[in-house]
Amino acid sequence: MASLDDLKKRISSVKSTQKITKAMKMVAAAKLRRAQESAEKGRPYSDKMNNIILNLSNGISDIDNAPKLLSGTGEDKVHLCVVMTSDRGLCGGFNTNIIKKAKLYFQKILDEGKTLKIITVGTKGYDQLKRLYGDNIIERISFKESKNVNYFDADKVGKIVIEKFDKKEFDVCAIFYNQFKNVITQIPQEQQIIPLKTSEKEENSSEDNYEFEPEEDEILSNLLPKNISTQIFKAMLENSASEQGSRMSAMDNATRNAGEMVDKLTIEYNRSRQAAITKELIEIISGAESL
Amino acid sequence: MSEEYSVEIVNPEKSFLSKNDVTEVVVPAFEGEIGILKDHISIISFLKPGIIKIFSKSGEESFYVNDGIIEFKDNNLSILTSLILNLKDIDKEKISEIQKSAEEELNKADINDQERYLLDQKLEVLRSIN
Repeated sequence: MASLDDLKKRISSVKSTQKITKAMKMVAAAKLRRAQESAEKGRPYSDKMNNIILNLSNGISDIDNAPKLLSGTGEDKVHLCVVMTSDRGLCGGFNTNIIKKAKLYFQKILDEGKTLKIITVGTKGYDQLKRLYGDNIIERISFKESKNVNYFDADKVGKIVIEKFDKKEFDVCAIFYNQFKNVITQIPQEQQIIPLKTSEKEENSSEDNYEFEPEEDEILSNLLPKNISTQIFKAMLENSASEQGSRMSAMDNATRNAGEMVDKLTIEYNRSRQAAITKELIEIISGAESL
Repeated sequence: MSEEYSVEIVNPEKSFLSKNDVTEVVVPAFEGEIGILKDHISIISFLKPGIIKIFSKSGEESFYVNDGIIEFKDNNLSILTSLILNLKDIDKEKISEIQKSAEEELNKADINDQERYLLDQKLEVLRSIN
């Protein structure tokens, strides 16, 4: 059995760990509220953008001449995956979940004999992927310096993606991020952004007669790159809310576990203190008796 | 019949402005300025850098936009833009900053004509308000 002093030391070290996790939880909770707010505020923009693109792509008569960003290159050989993770750790399964999802996809791509290229956003994703897929990572981006998620960061990523697309470096692009459902649940998502999937086409084809200025395809070719950035921005917002949520529940768990541990150690400490006293008493009494 | 309709300006971060008593909005569309009155035909267009003017019962407001898309439908005007500044409380430093980066961009060799055109426009507008 550990000595009293050792137990005392352990209790105080667990207590100070608990203090840290508790503080982190509080910070995450405060940040979560802000992140959630900005995720909600950002929604109208991406929704409207989607709507306009839907309306536009419905108006396109000649599919063959549609911009490549919408229809794809017609091939399916090179896949570019943008894996978005956090820059900081201690957030539970947040990064691992994204990576898991992404790895499944990677495996599928490689099994089909296609080429895989990866862009990692956030340092944690890079750390987890570099061992297995180090050769596939063509770019790593991190926004450690920016305090809040902002559109210009997203735009940077979007521009990189588009630049590579224009150089015909890939055919299909997918992004991976965590969708924020609530504090406990974050769902890892895989979303294809190039070519754009317009699955809601049927239900939304309300035959609107829009006037376009300039022509549809010209608007589209201007709009689609923006849409890429918007989608990435949306993913970043969802991701930051998820990260804080995940961190908050992880730290909550850690605080609770630390509390349990302190209780257990305190009982053990008290017991061994008691045992020491009893032992001393027995020694004194038996010493006295023998006289 | 009233002559008013509603306008909403959103940027990626938030819904910037929402008004439902506007009578006319003038936007710097790519092929020239468009003034939009009530019951305008449904239109989608995109913007070049310039000034959006909103006329409403409560007065006139002007905003600088970097780019954007507008959609007008059923007397609802949506303006999506990545950067918008209210001319009333504009920050001179910010403007100079944008202006500087635009000038730098313009000096790059590998820009195409459309980009050059947009940047020229941008600088012109910025100079006029600064």
